[in-house]
Amino acid sequence: MDTTQTAEAPPPSPPQPPADLDQGVQQRPVLRVGDRLFLAFSGGSGILLLVVMAAIAGFLTYRAVNAISQDHGNFLTTFEWNTGVTPPVFGIAVLAFGTIVSSIIAMAIAVPVSIGIALFITHYAHRRVASPLAYLVDLLAAVPSIVYGLWGALFLVPHMNGLDLWLDKYFGWTYIFDQSAPGSAARSLFTVSILLAIMIIPIITNVSREVFRQVPRMHEEAALALGATRWEVIRLSVLPFARSGIISASMLGLGRALGETMAVATVLSSSSVLSLHLLDPQGGTFAQNIAAHFGEATDFGRDALIAGGLVLFVITLIVNGAARLIIARRKEYSGASA
Amino acid sequence: MSHTASDLGARHRGSAIARNRLPKWTPLAIAAGAVVVGIGIGAGAGLDSHVQWGLIALILFVAGNYVVTRVADGPRQAKDRVATSLVYACFILAIIPLYSLIETTIAKGVKVLDGNFLGHSMSGVLGTQPGGGVYHAIIGTLEQVGIATVIAVPIGVFTAIYLVEYGKGALAKAITFFVDVMTGIPSIVAGLFILSFWILILGFGFSGFAGALALTILMMPIIVRSTEEMLKLVPNELREASYALGVPKWRTIVSIVVPTSIGGIITGVVLAIARIAGETAPVLLLVFGSQVINNDPFEGPQSSLPFYIYEQYNLGNPAAYDRAWAAALVLIILVMILNLIARGIARWKAPKTSGR
Amino acid sequence: MAKRIDVSGLSAFYGGFRAIDDISMTVEPRTVTAFIGPSGCGKSTFLRTLNRMHEVTPGGRVEGKVLLDDENLYGSGVDPVSVRRTVGMVFQRPNPFPTMSIYDNVAAGLRLNGRRRKSELDAIVEKSLTGANLWNEVKDRLNKPGAGLSGGQQQRLCIARAIAVEPDVLLMDEPCSALDPISTLAIEDLIGELKERFTIVIVTHNMQQAARVSDRTAFFNLAAVGKPGKLIEIDETERIFSNPSVQATEDYISGRFG
Repeated sequence: MDTTQTAEAPPPSPPQPPADLDQGVQQRPVLRVGDRLFLAFSGGSGILLLVVMAAIAGFLTYRAVNAISQDHGNFLTTFEWNTGVTPPVFGIAVLAFGTIVSSIIAMAIAVPVSIGIALFITHYAHRRVASPLAYLVDLLAAVPSIVYGLWGALFLVPHMNGLDLWLDKYFGWTYIFDQSAPGSAARSLFTVSILLAIMIIPIITNVSREVFRQVPRMHEEAALALGATRWEVIRLSVLPFARSGIISASMLGLGRALGETMAVATVLSSSSVLSLHLLDPQGGTFAQNIAAHFGEATDFGRDALIAGGLVLFVITLIVNGAARLIIARRKEYSGASA
Repeated sequence: MSHTASDLGARHRGSAIARNRLPKWTPLAIAAGAVVVGIGIGAGAGLDSHVQWGLIALILFVAGNYVVTRVADGPRQAKDRVATSLVYACFILAIIPLYSLIETTIAKGVKVLDGNFLGHSMSGVLGTQPGGGVYHAIIGTLEQVGIATVIAVPIGVFTAIYLVEYGKGALAKAITFFVDVMTGIPSIVAGLFILSFWILILGFGFSGFAGALALTILMMPIIVRSTEEMLKLVPNELREASYALGVPKWRTIVSIVVPTSIGGIITGVVLAIARIAGETAPVLLLVFGSQVINNDPFEGPQSSLPFYIYEQYNLGNPAAYDRAWAAALVLIILVMILNLIARGIARWKAPKTSGR
Repeated sequence: MAKRIDVSGLSAFYGGFRAIDDISMTVEPRTVTAFIGPSGCGKSTFLRTLNRMHEVTPGGRVEGKVLLDDENLYGSGVDPVSVRRTVGMVFQRPNPFPTMSIYDNVAAGLRLNGRRRKSELDAIVEKSLTGANLWNEVKDRLNKPGAGLSGGQQQRLCIARAIAVEPDVLLMDEPCSALDPISTLAIEDLIGELKERFTIVIVTHNMQQAARVSDRTAFFNLAAVGKPGKLIEIDETERIFSNPSVQATEDYISGRFG
């Protein structure tokens, strides 16, 4: 492109959306070749993403409908997953229960602990301790889930026995912590929940820490100048400002927990039993079910697994949407307006 | 002056400026005391679970701290102390398993990790026997991740450019929304999609490439997000300065906007690579797994590091466990190196406006 | 309730850097004292040592004594939190709590001190907002977010929040520098009213403002960039602006430097 030419022409704008950057420059209908190519490339990439997304939903639905239409059980309420027999009988009741319960317990543990660690790093620890610590948490967030799975199965499971027995002995009356066979291997939904919590703690901590750091200094000083203690500063300035950030962070963690395959597949001793005895080795989750049954599945069995995957997909969509709604609703009071 | 003000005054003026009556080492002393009493009760009552001992100590510590501070300094200080104790407790509680994870992996991983392990496949090695290695899995991981990167990076970066530089209308909104949605797709669902599309409908066989396609789906939204953030950091003044010189928009993007943020973009890409290198589920569904070296990602089953770990774990014997740990260590090291590279680039190319 | 401040031999540090050096002065109760001086001379830093906010900055450290009536703020065992309760502060940029309503912003400090009775809070909130000349503008929207007000209103809201806890001293760190002239005037009028009840110390870059609002003026300067800031002189505002005893003060005021 030669310089005189470029010097004459004002920068062109994209055709239809009024470009914010080019304000005040006359809009010319003619786009130069480079610009047109560039817009085509970048817009095309974006459209490709949309197509992939639509394709995911479309293909999964297509295969899933095929499978569900031949299901001789009720897809939503059937406990077992029998796709190899004729007629096939399978349902997601156990999987949905396991997925949701393990994720909820994991969140109940991970969110407060993560907020605690993030606060520790940003507001309590000495700077010299804080930055290597932040770095460590960063690295832990990057550890692949299969490694958590391996550690969970070979290290955590045997070490959970003591805790399980203790819970059974003192909290057995809650039903939830009652072990049907005290001392059985801790390949239970409860252990899975703990492992999931350990896995998502670094993720939630990382994002929350970033959010806490972005709390404007002046908000904290406002509280300090009123004579607030450190905890009151956090309660008055830090937590309200960071609330939507904490929600996003938690949803990110929840998404991970819901869809986690390997850490569950390695730890859980699965079965098609739906029970609130969380310490018993039984149950299953969507992702774990796919990993466990995929190997021996027939073509039809794969379609059935896809149907399960679709439900998981929809659940993650709902979780994401809910998070978005919560954040949008809190916009009026968000710190961004100050 | 109304009476509210004066009685408020009296309340505070009476003691003037409050002093902390507790010396600084009080929490430490209470902590030590709580641990001792916790152990005492635990041992005395014959409780065999150490979890229980710890729990008793923790509760004693928090309660003791609260009571002592409340009596000496008042309820606000007491709340503050409790919050501090809880924050510390969270930290300690979480650091134990995370430390144990790293420690166990390293301790068990170094057992069989040597040149032989890195340089050989599992070809001809019985699962129950010691020996064999991860060479084929490393090849698989590198190729699959490589292909995914080659596809995902241009699409992701261009999408981000569209969103930041051109995007205004409904299309941009839709893309932003679905990129967010895509970020939340579980990896196994991405795997299932490629399975139904590539293998069940188009009729291709299991291959490294199929796995790479699933990894691409996982990688694209991460790259869009990080690149978008980086492009947004480029000040508008720079773009305007370029336009004012008569530089067309696309050249402004290519020669001003992208170079300014290139450090951040590369950092994002490297982190995305680190992230997908550890994905197991899609590989499990699409690459099928293999014991031998297969250098061709487009034809025939391959292995990958995460898949290898899962496979060895499932063999369920000590020799296989050793291999699983060693492979886990290799994988962690790989991910750590990628992370360090990303950090290095971020620091090296950091924009001059350093944050806090 | 307004108290006298006696500073002696006070130095403040950022890490190893001495930002202000050996400052001594007395601030009388129920007066307005203005700090003026070129940028970087340490007047804001000094202001922040008066309610122990300086040590909140990483690396911040203070030597010397600040007596509030007869009590040393830096005495051993003194709780900085209670110091800040007694010495209120208004910042350069208005900083109402963004997530709180106007009412909650004013009540924030009271609630911290355990005052929860609605009727009592209502009374103090109204009184403080009236005291900050803001009541008439906001009385119909007390439950709207404080961040929705204009800049000048936000700053008065911050003043209301600060005086709601009835401090002994009110520190103001360039409270008008982010405001338009009309809002500035409103704040200046307010300062004139507040000095009936509080000891006020204000940092300002605007010399007319110092001349308009203050009883006494302190001039700070630094020998060179990188050197600590020092108190050059403190005197009746009238004298500082008409007949200062130090040449540097006169140079600064007449616009010859700074």
